[in-house]
Amino acid sequence: MHINLTLVIQMAVFAVLIWFTMKFVWPMILGPMQERERRIAQGLAAANKGEEELKQARAGAEAILREARERAGVIVDQAQRSANEILEQARGAATQEGQRLVAAAQQQIELDAARAKEQLRQQVGALAVAAAAKLLEREIDAGAHEALLNEFAAQL
Amino acid sequence: MAAAPSQIGGYILEHLTFLTNKPQTTLVNFTVIDYDTVFFSVLLAVLFAGSFYLVARRAAAGTDRVPRGFQSFVEMIVEWVDSQVKDVYHGTNQLIAPLALTIFCWVYLFNFMDLVPVDLLPDIAKSVGLAHLKVVPSTDLNGVFGLSLTVFVLMIFYSIKVKGPLGFLAELTLHPFSSKNKLVQALFVPVNFLLESVTLIARPVSLALRLFGNIFAGEMIFVLLALLTLVHSWAALASFSGWALMLLQAVLTFAWGVFHLLIITIQAFIFMVLTIVYLAMAHEHH
Repeated sequence: MHINLTLVIQMAVFAVLIWFTMKFVWPMILGPMQERERRIAQGLAAANKGEEELKQARAGAEAILREARERAGVIVDQAQRSANEILEQARGAATQEGQRLVAAAQQQIELDAARAKEQLRQQVGALAVAAAAKLLEREIDAGAHEALLNEFAAQL
Repeated sequence: MAAAPSQIGGYILEHLTFLTNKPQTTLVNFTVIDYDTVFFSVLLAVLFAGSFYLVARRAAAGTDRVPRGFQSFVEMIVEWVDSQVKDVYHGTNQLIAPLALTIFCWVYLFNFMDLVPVDLLPDIAKSVGLAHLKVVPSTDLNGVFGLSLTVFVLMIFYSIKVKGPLGFLAELTLHPFSSKNKLVQALFVPVNFLLESVTLIARPVSLALRLFGNIFAGEMIFVLLALLTLVHSWAALASFSGWALMLLQAVLTFAWGVFHLLIITIQAFIFMVLTIVYLAMAHEHH
C-alpha cells in the first residue's frame, strides 16, 4: 500500500492511450461501421424499390400483352370480314360477267338465226319463182308479182 | 505435512511486494517506481492499442469487405461501448466514447492478468533474477489511481470548460442548500462547499478503490488457494492426502477463476460506466 512515481507514469500512459484511441482507433472503426450500415440500408431500400418496380413492370407487360391480344383478335376479324367481302364482290363480278357473256352469245345467236332466216327466205322466194317459171314455162314478171312473192316468202 | 507459519507469511508477502527500484518505507514517495506495474500496464496498453489499431486500419481500408473474426469482435465491443455512452451522454464531446473504450479494455486486461496462475510469471521472473513480480496492475494503488485521477482531471477540465470557472464554483457552493435570502445564502456557502467537495473528491477515490478492492481480494483468494499445496514436492504424489490437496486446489481455483471472470468484467464495466456518468455530469448545467 503505497503511492509513488508509478502513479504519474500511469497517468501519462493513460493519457497517451486515450489520445491514441481517440485519434487512430475509435473514428477508424466506428466510421466504416456507420458507412457500412448506411450502405446496407441503401441496399435494402434499393432491393425493395427494385421489387416494387418489377411488380409494376410485370403488371404493365401483362396489360400490353392483353391489349395486343385484343387488337390481334380485332385485326383477324377485320381481315376475315374483308376477305369475305372481296370474295363476295368477286363472285358478284364473275356472275355478272357470265350473265353478260351469255346474253351477248344469245344476242349473237339470235342475230345469226335472223340473218340465216332472211337468207333462207330470199332463197326460197327465188326458188319458188324459178319453180313457178319452170312450171308455167314462161317468164313471170318479177316486178308484177313481187308483192305476191314477198307475201309468200313471209309465210315461210 | 503442513507449512510453517513463517513459510505461509513469506509466501503471501512475496505476492504483495512490488518490483521496485528501492524499498518504499513511507506511504508516499515519488522517487520509487513499481517496475512491474509500469511494465504490465504498458504491455497491455500496447496489446490493446496495437490490436485495435490493426483492425481499425483494415476497417478503414475497405468498407466493402465483410467483417469477420477478430474484426467482428472489436466492432462488437466498439458498438457496445458506443451504445453505453449514448445512453448516458447526449452531447458532442468526441473524447468520452474513446475514453470509455480505452478504460473498459485496459482495465479488463489489467484484471485479466489475475487469471494467469499466481506463481507462473513471478517464478519465471525469479528464474531470470527478479526478486518480486506483481502482474496485475489493478492491484497496485498507483495503477488504479492513475486511471481515476486522470478521469478526475478530465471531469474538472470539462466542468470549467462547459460552465466557466464561476459556474463551476457556483455548482460547488450554491447546492444543495440555497435560499432567496442573501444573508442565509452566505451562511450556506461554506456548508455547501464542504459537502460538494467531499462528493467531488469521493468520486475518483471510490472509483479507484472499488476496482482495487475487488481485484486485490480476488488475487488474494488465488494466493490462499495456492497455499494448499505450498509445501508439496514430488514426494507428495505418493500419498493420498497429497493427491487430495492437489485435487482440492485445482477444483477450488477453477471455480474461483470462473467466478472471477465475472468479477473482472463487471469491475471493468463499472469503471467505464461511472467514468461516462461523471463526465456527462461535468457537461450538465444545473
